[in-house]
Amino acid sequence: MNNSDISLSNENKSKSTFKFILSELKPKGKFFTTFNIISIPVILLGIVLIVIRFINGIGAVTNLTQEVPWGLWIGFDVVTGVAFAGGAYVLTFMVYILNMQKYHSIVRVTVLNGFLAYVFYAGALLLDLGRPWNVVNPIIGNSFGTSSVLFLVAWHFLLYMIAQLIEFSPAIAEWLGAKRARKILSGMTIAAVIFGITLSTLHQSGLGALYLMAKDKIHPLWYSEFIPILFFVSSIFAGLSMVIFEGSISHKVFFKQISEKNHWAQKGIILGLAKICAGAMFAYFFLQLLVFIHGKRWDLLDTPMGYWFLMEMLGFVLLPMLLFVFGYKKNSIFTVKFAAILTMLGIILNRLNVTVIGFRWDAAVSYVPSWMEIVVTFTVIFTEIWIFRWVINRMPVLKDSPEWVKEEK
Amino acid sequence: MGINRRDFLKTAGVAGITLLALDSFGIEKSKNSDVEFYGILYDSTRCAGCQTCETLCAEKNGLPAPVGELKAGNIRKTDENHRTVLNCYKTSKGELFIKTQCMHCNEPACAAACLTQAMCKTKEGPVTWNGDKCMGCRYCMVSCPFDVPKFEYHSANPKIQKCTMCYEKIIKGGIPVCAENCPAEAIKFGTRRELIAEARKRIAEGKDTYIDEIYGEHTAGGTGFMYLSSVPFNELGLNTKLQNESYPELSKGFLFSVPSVFVLLPPLLLGIYEATKKNKNIKNEENE
Repeated sequence: MNNSDISLSNENKSKSTFKFILSELKPKGKFFTTFNIISIPVILLGIVLIVIRFINGIGAVTNLTQEVPWGLWIGFDVVTGVAFAGGAYVLTFMVYILNMQKYHSIVRVTVLNGFLAYVFYAGALLLDLGRPWNVVNPIIGNSFGTSSVLFLVAWHFLLYMIAQLIEFSPAIAEWLGAKRARKILSGMTIAAVIFGITLSTLHQSGLGALYLMAKDKIHPLWYSEFIPILFFVSSIFAGLSMVIFEGSISHKVFFKQISEKNHWAQKGIILGLAKICAGAMFAYFFLQLLVFIHGKRWDLLDTPMGYWFLMEMLGFVLLPMLLFVFGYKKNSIFTVKFAAILTMLGIILNRLNVTVIGFRWDAAVSYVPSWMEIVVTFTVIFTEIWIFRWVINRMPVLKDSPEWVKEEK
Repeated sequence: MGINRRDFLKTAGVAGITLLALDSFGIEKSKNSDVEFYGILYDSTRCAGCQTCETLCAEKNGLPAPVGELKAGNIRKTDENHRTVLNCYKTSKGELFIKTQCMHCNEPACAAACLTQAMCKTKEGPVTWNGDKCMGCRYCMVSCPFDVPKFEYHSANPKIQKCTMCYEKIIKGGIPVCAENCPAEAIKFGTRRELIAEARKRIAEGKDTYIDEIYGEHTAGGTGFMYLSSVPFNELGLNTKLQNESYPELSKGFLFSVPSVFVLLPPLLLGIYEATKKNKNIKNEENE
């Protein structure tokens, strides 16, 4: 088993940590998998496009205009990606703060997922920055734009990445066999969790608050002063749906790593998450309804954008919510997974409607992302999955911690 | 046992840091009363559409000469090569010209949006851009209700282009090139207070000529660039649906709630943590 050879190499003191890391860098497992065959050409093409972007400017690969300065890279990579990464703060809240031990076995993989999502999707921001060499300005120096929502979001991204790294660090220590470091790092978990949840609350809503000043540019069905609250509430079920979705894939791909006990627990976990999703979605749907009625927007419904809005609300919020309830009541894992996928599509729709589709919906020349923007987006996602797989195959994320951890307890 | 010393220190530490941050997170509000911003008053009834302002602006800023024919029906827009453009509109009172450029708001959305203070409302009044600070995120473009900042998409070292009201000239006591050289005297430079007084005077003296409104006196919280016209402003392509409150006001509520969340949420979470931890201990004891 994988477990034993890692602990063996840990116990082998003659092998230095450096050599150990070097040996771990080598790929493991089959090389010609379907995922590799699809992802490698995409990543290579993406790298070429990124080089072109830095030589000839952002306009060389994107369709961005003076009226629509933020496109797919912000609207999908950053705004949607971060919503999906929300699972990490919701789960750490449930497990560490509410002490729901049932979900403990999936905390590590979710935090890892969240951490990588932040690193890559916030990293994708660098591609979209026209003057990336100045990116340190809001962090150091005297250029604090404290009245900017983006300033807040930037700082929170940075701090939250550190908090997530601390939350995940015991797994790294277990991988390296660093017993003392593991003890110290585990002691910091609760502080990191509390800090992380606070940061997440603020920047999940902050991503919505970014668009508050674009009042006249976003279609009124998607603009209200409640965008921050709507973004925050929807990040709860967006993140959990991602956990359900990603969990069911991981369970197939990394089948061998998961202990039998955790395999049996999986069903209970998915049904429990379905219940929470349904609750959060009910709150979200109710909020959307309140905003809609309060804003007196009935006349807007009978327009093409109105039908689009109805489809999002009924087909991708109300329907998956009912499916979650149904799946939970009937113990149907399939229904729950289907609902999770619908929910995720709904989140993508909602975030794109605010940031891209509904943004300057009335412009003469509307923005449609170029194929190059889409390739770069896939490059970012695929590279993240590569790193994710690399970590899962090496560190005790899905598999149980090495024996010495239990002995210490 | 209640909260122990270490946890108390943690909580106190978080609360303390947040209180310190309270001050720095506040939005700087410009006090209109004791600041004399410079501004420009543009009188569309005087403008003859000679494009002198366009040409001189391009020359002064080292940008390409104006392009496109100035005629009714052909709407030209400012872009990364043209900081100001004239347009001609067929209105209820015949063909009229109108100049477009940065409005130099009293409380600019772009400056409130900028996370590096690259966009800056100077104390003289012009809104300027600083390339050493800007990281090219284009949030100013997303936020500006007038769509003024323009980005050089086809450059590896892109700049934000917008009218600066000739800031370098103003601080040396000069006046902007467009106002200095307008043959029709349609563009008048001065302090905002003087300009509003002048505009009121013109409206009062020419009741048949002007509509009784100054575009920019209240729009978007007041702007440095203001318009006079003989026809309703929407006939001249100006956006009359913009709100009269300043745009940074829209995100103020959110920003003000940040310190409270930072103060209240961590102790709450710590409290829940302590409470559920006790439950766990009790359960463990019962099981034993």
